[in-house]
Amino acid sequence: MKHATFIIGSWVLTFASVAGYSVWVVRRGRQLAKSATKEEMPWT
Amino acid sequence: MTEHSTGTPATRRLGFVVIVLMSWLALSGLWWSSEDVVQGSTVRIMYVHVPAIWVAYMAFGLTAVCSATYLSGRTRSIAWDRFAGASAEIGVMFVAVSLVTGSLWGRLTWGTYWVWDARLTSTAFLFITYVGYLAVRRLGGTLRQRARRSSVLALLAVLEIPLVHFSVTLWRSLHQDATIADPNAKVQMDGLMLFTLFLGLFAFTALFVWMVLHRQRVIHLEDTVADRGLDAAIADRRDEVAK
Repeated sequence: MKHATFIIGSWVLTFASVAGYSVWVVRRGRQLAKSATKEEMPWT
Repeated sequence: MTEHSTGTPATRRLGFVVIVLMSWLALSGLWWSSEDVVQGSTVRIMYVHVPAIWVAYMAFGLTAVCSATYLSGRTRSIAWDRFAGASAEIGVMFVAVSLVTGSLWGRLTWGTYWVWDARLTSTAFLFITYVGYLAVRRLGGTLRQRARRSSVLALLAVLEIPLVHFSVTLWRSLHQDATIADPNAKVQMDGLMLFTLFLGLFAFTALFVWMVLHRQRVIHLEDTVADRGLDAAIADRRDEVAK
């Protein structure tokens, strides 16, 4: 593939950003949920 | 698992679907689809660049809708403000992705990472505006104060989206015009290339839904913790443990 560095780089950057943000959100949620009661989490 | 997280069986199923769609997109975008007759292999960047800016537009649009609903609603539920904040934050991330991937594509196609072109400049301005929106959300005050001031700002900021989108037709721009979204354009794309582009739009939209559901729940928990003054209690506890 021509220009593989730029193309793969674009995809890696996109997927890494998305994955990094998703992991941060899920971990932050778990951390906060530990100290919350069931009533404070209406989605449960 | 559900009891100590922001996940539900529905979001877990959606998360699984997103992983499948994103994997399919990667295979189709990087290997299965053919190269463009004009752009060559650089078209493969479009399969992440276009969905990224699509999600950003959608995210900022949702922020505006939620903000308008908050301001006009009888109950003035803070839940609308949380959705608005979550959506804006995700939108900012996707604008950043769009700017960087577009810049890499520009280096290969135009020979430069950046030009002060109408589309690029207006997109950068959009990014800065919504970073400002997120900063305003972090100012002090009650939840209602945060909701009111950020809702007003969101309704002003969303006016930039048509400016960004139509910048290529309003001004002389190096950036190409709309290819698919133009109703007068005769789309001449290979079937698999067109499919991959729409797969990207669908996969990124599903990803956005998953992200916004989780993020607004995290904001809900952050607000709850702040209300109870738990931050201080946790800090005290941590100090005790450290000793």
